[in-house]
Amino acid sequence: MFDYTIRRTLLAIPTLLFISLILFLLLDLAPGDPTAQLPLTIPPEVKEKIRESLGLGQPLVIRYLLWLQQFFVNEPLHYLTEITGWDLSGDRQRVLSWQSRSPVVDIILQRLPQTLWVVGMSYVVGVLIALPIGIISAYRQYSWFDQIGTFVSMIGFSVPTFFTGVLLIVVFSVELGWFPSIYDTTHVVDDWSSFLFQVKQMIMPTMVLALYNAAQISRFMRASMLDNLNQDFVRTARSKGLRESTVVLVHVLRNSMIPVVTVIALGVPTVFGGAIITEQVFKVNGLGQLLITAIQANDIPMVQSLTFIFAILIVAFNLIADVLYGVLDPRIRYD
Amino acid sequence: MTDITQSKLEQQSKPRSQWLDVWDQFSTHKGALAGAGFFLFVLLAVIFGPYVWAIDPQYIDIRARNEGMSLAHPLGTDQLGRDTLARLIRGGQTSMAVGLTAMLLSLVVGTLIGVLAGYVRWLDGPLMRLTDLFLALPLLPLLLVIIMLFRETLRSALGPEAGIFLLMVFVIGITSWMQTARIVRGDVLSLKEREFVLAAVSIGTPGRRIILRHILPNVLSPIMVSATLGIANAIITESALSFLGLGFPSDFPTWGRLLFDAIDYLQQDPGRVLWPGLAISLTVLSVNYMGDGLRDALDPRIRGR
Amino acid sequence: MKPRFIALLAAALLVVATHASAQRGADGHLNIIYWQAPSILNPFLSGGTKDIESASLVIEPLARYDEQGNMVPWLAEEIPTVANGGVADDLMSITWRVAEGITWSDGTPLTAADVAFTAEYCMHPEGGCAQLSSFEHVESVTAIDDRTVEIKYSTPKPFPYGPFVGATSPIIQKAQFQNCLGTSAPGCTDANFMPIGTGPFVVTEFRPNDVISMVANDNYRDPDKPAFASLTFKGGGDATAAGRAVLETGEFDYAWNLQLNPDVLTNMEAAGNGKILASFGTAVERIMVNLTNPDPDLGDERSTRAHPHPFMSDLAVRQALSMAIDRDILNEIGYGSTGRPTCNVVPAPAIYASDANDACLVQDVAGANAKLDEAGWVIGSDGIRAKDGVRLSILYQTSTNAVRQDFQALIKQWWSEIGVETELRNVDASVFFGGDPGSPDTFQKHFADLEMYTNLFDGTDPENYLNTWRCDNEPNPGNGWQGVNIPRYCDPAYDAMLEEMAGTADLDERVRLTKAMNDKLMQEVVMIPLIHRGRVSAHSNSLGGIKMNVWDSELWNAADWFRQ
Repeated sequence: MFDYTIRRTLLAIPTLLFISLILFLLLDLAPGDPTAQLPLTIPPEVKEKIRESLGLGQPLVIRYLLWLQQFFVNEPLHYLTEITGWDLSGDRQRVLSWQSRSPVVDIILQRLPQTLWVVGMSYVVGVLIALPIGIISAYRQYSWFDQIGTFVSMIGFSVPTFFTGVLLIVVFSVELGWFPSIYDTTHVVDDWSSFLFQVKQMIMPTMVLALYNAAQISRFMRASMLDNLNQDFVRTARSKGLRESTVVLVHVLRNSMIPVVTVIALGVPTVFGGAIITEQVFKVNGLGQLLITAIQANDIPMVQSLTFIFAILIVAFNLIADVLYGVLDPRIRYD
Repeated sequence: MTDITQSKLEQQSKPRSQWLDVWDQFSTHKGALAGAGFFLFVLLAVIFGPYVWAIDPQYIDIRARNEGMSLAHPLGTDQLGRDTLARLIRGGQTSMAVGLTAMLLSLVVGTLIGVLAGYVRWLDGPLMRLTDLFLALPLLPLLLVIIMLFRETLRSALGPEAGIFLLMVFVIGITSWMQTARIVRGDVLSLKEREFVLAAVSIGTPGRRIILRHILPNVLSPIMVSATLGIANAIITESALSFLGLGFPSDFPTWGRLLFDAIDYLQQDPGRVLWPGLAISLTVLSVNYMGDGLRDALDPRIRGR
Repeated sequence: MKPRFIALLAAALLVVATHASAQRGADGHLNIIYWQAPSILNPFLSGGTKDIESASLVIEPLARYDEQGNMVPWLAEEIPTVANGGVADDLMSITWRVAEGITWSDGTPLTAADVAFTAEYCMHPEGGCAQLSSFEHVESVTAIDDRTVEIKYSTPKPFPYGPFVGATSPIIQKAQFQNCLGTSAPGCTDANFMPIGTGPFVVTEFRPNDVISMVANDNYRDPDKPAFASLTFKGGGDATAAGRAVLETGEFDYAWNLQLNPDVLTNMEAAGNGKILASFGTAVERIMVNLTNPDPDLGDERSTRAHPHPFMSDLAVRQALSMAIDRDILNEIGYGSTGRPTCNVVPAPAIYASDANDACLVQDVAGANAKLDEAGWVIGSDGIRAKDGVRLSILYQTSTNAVRQDFQALIKQWWSEIGVETELRNVDASVFFGGDPGSPDTFQKHFADLEMYTNLFDGTDPENYLNTWRCDNEPNPGNGWQGVNIPRYCDPAYDAMLEEMAGTADLDERVRLTKAMNDKLMQEVVMIPLIHRGRVSAHSNSLGGIKMNVWDSELWNAADWFRQ
């Protein structure tokens, strides 16, 4: 398994390079233009000048290689310079956003806290709710608990977040005035009352997303538990006189985790991808909002860097999932 | 044709066939029956509804804007005075068609890739790297490219509506199979090391038969869950695409769009959000119960309990 | 002009007098929300409205337009004119004098060298300056002494107020930007995010596409202003949410550009937390006709002047399409009090607005039918008119936007009543307005029979705008589809009027020519104007001193805002 992990990690490098090339080609091919959002009062010849100043006049290969160099050499060097204080980067160009003309990585780091607070928290909450619901629903199949769980999770998944988010705002911000409808990204938590404010502004977006995530995970958990509850090894375990809780929570659960691990591993990179709609509805302005505004403005360096970072996370977490399969079920072998 | 069914029936009547057992089990599952009933009702309603409720969903009656429920308009009208019931029925046709076909497409692709990657060792690497690639592609630029490349061709070949329909199904299907593939593969990796598969292999059962007989029935439940979630996902994605101007023309109602358009009127006219929201949720719920029933019915360990 | 400045001061004093706590920073914190978030505070590198308006709190021009569209001196002593000797008699140069005692927020004085540097910055050939068109025909900008700056033009300029006038052309500090010229402009992140300005506020934190934090400028020229000690400028979300935050929850004081359904807007206002402001500039929602053939089979010559349109080239068809539209209903549905039906492409300023075309304000389906009958378009068995095998079947496209899609649906129905078949298409705005020559869906390519969008002109002078529809200004493969003459209109008589206008400085003559050109475009139905659109914003009841301005930044007088 260790060999396998090393081999997969090494293989990830060409895979990621290939993915970055495909991403670059895709973004280049996509219609749209960095000057699209400028008012029509700006004449076309001025727009052409702007495009040239962004480097769009150069051939595709040059632009791709330039990005590779900026992202893999100049950015790390810049951060090394910052940490060590030695001048390693010189005046090397970093990856610059076309919208703000500032380094892409700095903006991404600036957005990370609110995304982790809101989207990350909602994922944790979602998983924590989903696992017990899935387990109990399966163990007591067709009980009232199961029926309600099924109903709520199906509603949670089939009603889109653009609706639940607005509904919550109308009820809790407009009518009751309990929570703010606009997330304050500059808020600093340094004492109890500011922590309470942070909780207040997080609660609605977190709940909306948690419901959506929990719905999905609990369905897979339930289905997979049901598959295993009637297996022979469960009967064997029971006949050995093991306690029921041990049977369910150790024997059945462990064997049911494979699909759930897959779903969770697929979900973690999307946490970093932000939740585009929810962030938009609550004005969280995290990574999701960053991505969507960059796409709308055709800010290619930003979109390319963001999607590539997501690609790294996707490859990494799928690898982690594969390793976990081996832990959960030692019979699985990769050669 | 008749001969074949005749002979099939004769065959089945002697020993109790597997499919009859499945049906028996399915029909004892109340939720599944109710789900199937409701699903059938929605299907019939959207297919035959326009003949019963003959108002043109695109007809604008500007004097009857934002009306509540009345005899002339049982579910009220929208901001242009179009009849909500007619739009719900017409929208259902599109949403059901897109939801079902896109879900089937993504399910078939996802299952195929998942089973192949899980079972055939040398395919695992390449197929899973392909999955990684698809997971990494940003949806919006991908859609813009697909639409740019194919819309004009499909429009001239099939007409604006059928062309866009095909494009939507393709786009949604092709961008949503990855989760199914990963889940199925994970299960297959574990299943193929189980005793009953090893036993089948050791007596020389061909690979294809092992997959169809032993592996597939055992990964059915995650596939069923994927199917339920897939329908909801397809209906919502379609609405998001239409909203971005990438889907059907704007005067072409779909459930997702009706819901989206109604959000701004949430406070004035809650009914407008309620009906399409209810239609989507209940349809998804009914598919879910059908899936549950089907899964139970196909599981020989549960059957006959 | 000078008396107006004094009047402005007097008005400001009046506000101060009625306002109890007339002291800088006395009114605490101000919250502004723009649902499009600013990405940079340097208007020369962006050009987006959100960026220009947020920057206008910090950096200022020599002169602004007030809420009536009149030019008022801002950092300058007075507006130079031919009469006061500020503009040369041959219209080849203009001389501005910077007002006395104006300092940057770092305490150093604003000098003519800063003004000249600003021109150098924007006119640098490799800088990609978004406001370059303000500097059109500028030959040189020189600082004559500490407070005097002279702009020389290469041709006579009847309207010489391009550079340094209005929010799009503010003055930046030489000391801060002198190493940021040309290709190094994008590298100056700190300067672009936190420009040093002369305005009422100073940036303390800038988060691109998210939020800006500002505090009052200690060195602002009026010691009692601004009334607010600090402000938050939040961006992101959508117009509905921004309106809700001001009008319903009261979390914010000012929300920009609430382009919402009038029913929704009125409903929000009814909550009683704030008020809606609307003000009319030059923006007109219009349908652009394609006078050339967009048939895909034509390959490279598609939508170029090589092939006239099979039926849009018939004036009767264009007239009938316009007559069948009920602009009152469109306005009621899409804009309410924030729009007005119009039949002109130059609806404002008031002196330029023609009344020769107002017949189109009344819908006339019968008349439209008669017109088509007369022109020989006969209704076929499918209910669609045709002539010589050409069916009146239209592809009508626009950008994705709820109001535009409602308009499309309504207009489609009216046209079906005159035997015209319509296929609707909406294109994502970032593609439609993108101008990517690789995409078939841009508004410049106009691969449709009709397309709908809004256009306007900056400032108050329509000459450049009317120049849009000159022959050879149309997009075509030769210029990479980057032209502006979207209908592909070409008429020597129209061009002759443009020539005449270029040499005319007299205002009355310019008004006459503007109206004549507007009427010509309207009567030949080169485009179908629908709605004269206002800008809509909202403010909370507790915020006072706002003067809604469409001719300049909406935040132009933020120094005078106060809490009441």
